Amino acid sequence: MELTDIIVKIILIVIVFAISLVIAMYSTYAERKVAAFFQDRVGPNRAGPLGILQPMADGAKMFLKEEIIPTRASGLLFIVGPSLAILTACIGSAVIPWGQKLTIGSTIIDLQVTDINVGILYIFGVVSLGVYGIMIGGWASNNKYSLLGAIRAASQNISYEISMGLSIIALLLVTGSLSLREIAEQQHGFWHDGWFTWNFFKQPLGFMIFIVCAFAETNRTPFDLPECETELVGGYHTEYSSMKLGFYLFAEYINMFVSSAVMATLYFGGYNFPFMDSLGLSANWITIIGVVVLFAKIFAFIFFFMWIRWTIPRFRYDQLMNLGWKTLIPLAIANIVITGIVVTLLN
Amino acid sequence: MSTFYFIAFLSIFFAILVITARNPVHSILYLVLTFFTFTIHYILLNAQFLAIVNFIVYMGAILVLFLYTLMLMNLNKDNEPMKSNIVKIAAVFGGGCLLVTVVASLKTMTVSEPVVLQNPDLGLVKNLGKVLFNEFLLPFEVSSLLLLSAMVGAVLLATKDKQPKTI
Repeated sequence: MELTDIIVKIILIVIVFAISLVIAMYSTYAERKVAAFFQDRVGPNRAGPLGILQPMADGAKMFLKEEIIPTRASGLLFIVGPSLAILTACIGSAVIPWGQKLTIGSTIIDLQVTDINVGILYIFGVVSLGVYGIMIGGWASNNKYSLLGAIRAASQNISYEISMGLSIIALLLVTGSLSLREIAEQQHGFWHDGWFTWNFFKQPLGFMIFIVCAFAETNRTPFDLPECETELVGGYHTEYSSMKLGFYLFAEYINMFVSSAVMATLYFGGYNFPFMDSLGLSANWITIIGVVVLFAKIFAFIFFFMWIRWTIPRFRYDQLMNLGWKTLIPLAIANIVITGIVVTLLN
Repeated sequence: MSTFYFIAFLSIFFAILVITARNPVHSILYLVLTFFTFTIHYILLNAQFLAIVNFIVYMGAILVLFLYTLMLMNLNKDNEPMKSNIVKIAAVFGGGCLLVTVVASLKTMTVSEPVVLQNPDLGLVKNLGKVLFNEFLLPFEVSSLLLLSAMVGAVLLATKDKQPKTI
């Protein structure tokens, strides 16, 4: 690897990192505005025009608040918990292809941090690691409500990981590749050989299962049982204050951004858009429009996450387990069988 | 090579911490770190699939369940049951005997030739899948059947016996 390549990669990493932080920051603002819209309120409107500076004010508040570590908490692990939560949230975006290749002069820039050939499994591994932050934090708080929240997070995460994995297997039968770059390339354009190229139209049931599991894995309503305030005070972050609480809340929004990006890449064509070959623009312009299109898809998914949150009430815990084990897993297995038969017949 | 020695040192270091930590939850967390170093070993061997599966299955699922069970039983106290002195002496004696046997058997052993991989890309998903589903199809299917039977057995043990109503 040459020096310029390394510099380009470092710049790309910094940009991706900054974008995910900014999007997570403004997701908190968007969430409050969306909630206000659904409940026929105004929402935050004091800090700056239309309340646009509200995330800054929230951030400053988080940093300046008193930091409390309970006496009976286990010291180091209490700090490791939120750190792990934010770390695992941030490393997921490393394998997502943000766009096609960009050519500047003689250097070709690949708009993806790294293209490992087990990309999907990497995302899956990072998701399964995400629960450690919650579990360690909940246990280290030495509080019964926190512990209950942590235990709920663990069992929910394990249960929904299974159906998520099974829905991905059906997708892999269609694509035949584990690399996210290749999967995105296969969905080039919109229409090819008499059928849509986007995987959503090849795997509608798989996508439904995947999006339900994505809600469960990011602990978003209606699956936010680990922080259910009607039963558990604040759930796993009851004892947290200041920026450590901020990290937990922030990690949730980064997770939401990353899983929206993954869903857009896997099922909705990633950076591809209809008529991309017939526009007659140069390759660089197509790449730039592709990046914009990908972000539009991501924002649509983030809006969908918020739409669901402010529409549907949360599950009861046994309903959650029933849905995971008795509905989603059989559906996912049926989906694999049907996909297998169809793929064999078509070849 | 130096990376290998560093990671190997970390593996052994964390493995020792697993058995010396007095708090069970700390033990499990050290075990998580140990498995993480194993993942790095697999990557060094160019076995990407095995590395990521180790990551997902062991770190992401099995150890989460371990942690879950420990938290549920609330074993987070630093006290452990003390063994009597006789048991301790017997353990030291037994361990010493095992050490002598192992050292004696290692002394007679000759160093084997290092195995040269015929195909260094064997660990990549495509090659591994082809080997598993062509050459080793029967053992693969038998082991999956074994896992299924273990699962059914566990479910059977967990379901309560239906008691006839007494009142």
